[in-house]
Amino acid sequence: MTAETQAPHAALGLSREQCQEMYYYMLLTRRIDERLWLLQRGGKIPFVISPQGAEAAQVGAAYAFRRKHDWFTPYYRDLGVNLVAGVTPREIMLGAFARGIDPASGGKQMPSHWGNRPLNVVSGSSPVTTQLLHAVGIAQAARRKGDDVVVYTCCGEGSSNQGDFHEALNWAGVHRLPVIFMVQNNEYAISVPLEKQVAGGSVAARGLGYGMPGIEVDGQDLFAVYAAFRDAHDRARRGDGPSLIEALCVRITSHSSDDDQRRYRSSEELEALKQKDPLVRIRAYLRENGLMDEATEKTIEARISAEVDDATEWAEGQPYAEPAAALRHVYADPPGEEG
Amino acid sequence: MAVLNLVDAVRETLRQEMRRDRDVWVVGEDVGRKGGVFGATLGLFDEFGPERVQDSPLTESAIVGVGIGAALYGTKPVCEIQFADFVFPAMNQIISEAAKMRFRSNGAWTVPMVIRAPFGGGVHGGLYHSQSVEQYFTSTAGLKVVVPSTPYDAKGLLTAAVRDPDPVLFFEHKGLYRAVKSEVPDQEYVIPIGKADVKRDGSDITVITYGKTVHFCLEAAAQLEKEGYSALVLDLRTLLPLDKEAIVAAARKTGKVLIVHEAGKTHGVGAEVAALVAEECLFDLDAPVQRLCGPDVPAMPYAGPMEKFFMLSPSICLEAMRKLAQF
Amino acid sequence: MPQLGESVTEGTIGRWLVKQGERVKKYQPIAEVITDKVNAEIPAPADGLIVRLETAEGLTVKVGTLIAVMDAGDGAVAASGGGAAAAVGPAPAVGPAPAARPAALAGAVSATLVQPGEGDGGRYSPAVMRLAQEHKIDLARLAGSGLGGRITRKDVERFIASGGAVAEAAAPVPAAADCVAGMVAAVAPEAVSGPQPLGGDQVIPVDAVRRRIAEKMVQSKRETPHAWTMLQVDVTGLVKLKEAMGEEFRRREGLGLSFVPFFIKATVEALKEYPIMGSQWAGDQIIIRKEINISVAVATETALAVPVIKNADRLSIAGLNHAMAELAGKARAGKLSLDDISGGTFTVNNTGAFGSYLSAPIINYPQAAILSFEAITKMPVVLENDAIAIRSMMNLCLSLDHRILDGLVCGRFLQAVKARLQSYGPGMVSLY
Repeated sequence: MTAETQAPHAALGLSREQCQEMYYYMLLTRRIDERLWLLQRGGKIPFVISPQGAEAAQVGAAYAFRRKHDWFTPYYRDLGVNLVAGVTPREIMLGAFARGIDPASGGKQMPSHWGNRPLNVVSGSSPVTTQLLHAVGIAQAARRKGDDVVVYTCCGEGSSNQGDFHEALNWAGVHRLPVIFMVQNNEYAISVPLEKQVAGGSVAARGLGYGMPGIEVDGQDLFAVYAAFRDAHDRARRGDGPSLIEALCVRITSHSSDDDQRRYRSSEELEALKQKDPLVRIRAYLRENGLMDEATEKTIEARISAEVDDATEWAEGQPYAEPAAALRHVYADPPGEEG
Repeated sequence: MAVLNLVDAVRETLRQEMRRDRDVWVVGEDVGRKGGVFGATLGLFDEFGPERVQDSPLTESAIVGVGIGAALYGTKPVCEIQFADFVFPAMNQIISEAAKMRFRSNGAWTVPMVIRAPFGGGVHGGLYHSQSVEQYFTSTAGLKVVVPSTPYDAKGLLTAAVRDPDPVLFFEHKGLYRAVKSEVPDQEYVIPIGKADVKRDGSDITVITYGKTVHFCLEAAAQLEKEGYSALVLDLRTLLPLDKEAIVAAARKTGKVLIVHEAGKTHGVGAEVAALVAEECLFDLDAPVQRLCGPDVPAMPYAGPMEKFFMLSPSICLEAMRKLAQF
Repeated sequence: MPQLGESVTEGTIGRWLVKQGERVKKYQPIAEVITDKVNAEIPAPADGLIVRLETAEGLTVKVGTLIAVMDAGDGAVAASGGGAAAAVGPAPAVGPAPAARPAALAGAVSATLVQPGEGDGGRYSPAVMRLAQEHKIDLARLAGSGLGGRITRKDVERFIASGGAVAEAAAPVPAAADCVAGMVAAVAPEAVSGPQPLGGDQVIPVDAVRRRIAEKMVQSKRETPHAWTMLQVDVTGLVKLKEAMGEEFRRREGLGLSFVPFFIKATVEALKEYPIMGSQWAGDQIIIRKEINISVAVATETALAVPVIKNADRLSIAGLNHAMAELAGKARAGKLSLDDISGGTFTVNNTGAFGSYLSAPIINYPQAAILSFEAITKMPVVLENDAIAIRSMMNLCLSLDHRILDGLVCGRFLQAVKARLQSYGPGMVSLY
C-alpha cells in the first residue's frame, strides 16, 4: 500500500486533475476576493463581503453538486460556490461594479447578491435565511415533477437562528426533500460571537430535531467537506431526504468592508487565523501528496492572475444600465415591452 | 350557471384551475383533509391528492417561502393563510422576496403565486380573526392586491390571479363567504386584475368602496334613491394596481366622493383614492372628499356591542351618503 | 337557531331530541343541528317545559329563526337561541341599546360638509368656480339648493342647461374685452319690447358683465334715494407736492405718483371720523361696516370696473398707489377676481381724469355714498385776506343715500376730506 491510496483524496476517488481543479477554484475565490478588497479600498466599488477562510468549505461542498443541473440558493459569502457552479470571474466583477449586463441583477443589487438563471443560481436578497425556504420549495416542486434535482442552500451560524431556518428544516424533514442545508459557522455574526449566538453550541445537533442527519465537519478540510456533501447528495438522490451539514470555518476578514473586526477581536486571535487558512493547508497537502509541483502551482497562479485582471478590466469598462432601468421589471411587461 | 356563495366560488375556481393546469397546487394549514377551516378547499384533496392539496405545518413564513421556491421552479402555488390576521410571520417572504424577486433579478427570476386569506369582521372574531390587512401590502410595488365582493367577481378574479405571472394577494371577506350569493357561470372566465366595476350607476354622489361594504353601500343607495338622490357605487375590486381611470371618471361624474372601507381610516386605501381624486379631479369637485372607515384602533373588539360599534353598516353608510348628497 | 360557527348563516334541524310537552333541564340537549361547518347538539337554555316545536326536522332555517318555544316557569320564553344575549332572564346589562357608531363620531363626515359658508362671501366649490368662469356666470344671481343655501355644481349645470349662461361653454375665461369680440348673441328670455334695430344700425350684444353693471345701476337708482352735495377744495399744495416728489417716487417705486392715493387717504381718514358714511341700509337695520374697503372706479375700454382696496386705512400713500396700479392693471387685463370686486364699503371716483368738474355719480349699491374728485383747474380765487390769487381748485361731489345720511353729516365729512386735502403740500405729508 502506498501513501497515495490511503490519502483522503484517493479514498474519495478524486484524480490529480480534480484535486488541482478544486485548488484552482479555492485560489480563484481568494484572488478575486483580494482584488475586490483592493477595489473597495481604492474607492472603485462601494462594498465587499468576503469568503476568506471558507474557501475549502465552499468549494468542497459545491463540488459535490452537478453544474447546470442541481439548484442553488446560496448565501452572501458563497463566492466559491458560485464559481464552482459555473459563474465566471467576469460575471462576478459585473456584479461588483453594478453594471447593466450583470446577470444577477443588472446592477440593481449590492454585490454578493447572487443570481444566474442558466446556472440555476437563484436570486438572493439581504434579509438572511429567507433562501432556505425557497430551496425547500424548489426541491418539493422538482420532486413532484419527477425531476432528479438536489438543492444546495446555505447560511451562516447567525442566520441559523432565524425562524425561517427552523421552518425550512422542519418542512424539508416532514416531506423528506432533496435539500442540503449547509451552515458555514465562522464563529462570528458580524461582531456577535458563537457563544452568544447558538444555544447548545452546535447547529449540526439541530438536525436530529428536524428529522435529518446533522453533520459537523472541519471546514478547513477540503476533502472532509467534499465527502460529507457527496454522501448527503447521494442520500438526497436516493430519496432518503435532507441533510444538515455544519462546516466549522474561520472568518479571516471583517464581516464586510463596512466592519473593522479589530475592534472586537484581539490581535492574537487574528494572528492565529493565519495558521487556519485553508489555502495554506491545501497547498501543503497537494505538495505532500505529489499532486501539484511548483511549476504547476505557478501556472495556476499565473492563469488566475490573468483571469482576475481580465475580469476586472473588462467589467469596469462595461456601461451602467440607463437610469430609467430603475423602473423596469416591477411586473411582467405586456407583450412587446420586454426589456 | 349555478347560484354560488363566495366560498363556493373560490372552491370551484380552484378546482377548475387545478384541472386545467397540473402545475397549479394548493398549500396551507388544514387545506387538505379538512378542506380548509371555511371549506374553501373542500373536496379538492379527494380529487387531486395530498401532493397537490398540501397540509402544511403551522408555519406561515414557510407556506409563503416554500411557495416562492416552488414558483421559482415553474409551478403555480396557491397559498392559503388561514386568517389574514396571521399573515404577519410571512411578511418578510411576501415583501422582501416575492414582491422584489422579478425586479432584483432584472426579470430573470419570477414568482407567479397566489396568497389567499379570509379577512374582515362582524363575525365575533375579536382582534385576531377580524382584521383587514390589505393596506399593509398596497404600498408595495411588485405585488397585486385583489378583494372581490361577489361570487361572480371572485371566480373571474381568482382565475386571473392564478394565471397572473406575478404574486397576487387575494383577500376574501369571511362575512361574505356564505352570506352573499350570485349567479356564477360554469364555464371559465377572467375578470382582469386592475379593473374596478360600477356596481350601480348614479348622478348625485359617487361612493367608492370594496369588500363587504360594497353591499352596505348598495343597500343604502337603494334607500337613498327613494329619498331622491342617486348614488354611483364603484367597487374597486383591485386595490393594487388601482383602476385610476375608473376612479377619476366616477369622481368627475358627480363631483361628490365618499370612500368607504372597513379597515381603519388613517393611511388606509381610502387615503390613496382620496389623494388621487384631489390630484386629478379638483375642478370637478363639488364637495371635500369624504372617507367613511373603521375607527383608528388596533383591532375589532369581541363583545357584541363593541363589535357593532366598530363595524360599518348600511344605515351608517346611508347617513354619510345622504349628508353628502344634500351638501 | 343559534350561530354555530363563524360565517355560518343557516342551520338544519337534523333531529329533535325532545317532544312537545316534555320537561327539560337546563343544558339538556334538545336538538341535533347540521350546518356546513359543524354538526352539534344544542342545549336547552333553562329548566322548563317544551311548549311547542316550531321547526320541523329536515328544515333549514336562517340563524336567529325561532325553532321552539319553552316555558321556563316565569312566562313563555322563546328558545330561539339567536345571538349573544341569553333568551332566559334579563338581558345582560349592556347599558343603552347597542348603538351603531354615528357617522359623525366615525369621523366620516368632515367639518366642512357640516357647515359650509353662508351668504355674503359664501364659499364656492372648485367645480362651481370653474363652471362659472367657463360660462361667465355671475354666481350672485343663482339660488343654491345645497346645504345652507350653498350653490352646488348641479345648480350651475342646471343654470347652464336652461340657457342662463351666455358665452359658449367651450371658451376658457377671456378678458372682458375678448368677451365682446367672441360673443354669441344671447337669447334673451324677456319679451321683445324696447327699441328694435333698423337696417344700418350697429348692434352690440349685452354680455354678462354689461348686464350685471346695468342691473346694479338700476337697482341702485331704484332702491336708494339719491341726494347730492358739493364742496370746492384748494389743492395747490398737493399739486406742488406731486410735482416735487413725482420723479423721485418713480425712480424709487417704479411707477408714477398719482393724485388718487391722496384722495383715498383723505377719504379714509375722514371715514374714520364719520363711520356712518361707510354704512349700508339693510331693511330693518343699518350696518356700519368695521372694515374700510375703498371701491375705486376704473374705466376700461369696454366697461366700468370697480375693484376694491381692502383695509385701505392700513396703507400709506405709496401703498395705496401700488394697490391702485395693480387693480387698474388687472381691470384692464380682465383679470379681476370675485374677491377683487367685492366687499367695498365706500366708493371713490376720479372723474377729474377725463376733465369733468361736476358730476352726480350713482351710488355703488349697497353702499351709502360715492365721492367723485373732479378736475383740478387753475382759477383766480379770493383768499382769506381778500387778496386774489391763482390757485389749483378741485370740486368734490358726493352722492348719498338719504335714508341713512343727510346734509349735516355729509357736510362735515366733506369738510374733513377737504381739510386733509388742503393740508397736503411739499414736506407736509409722508408718502410712506
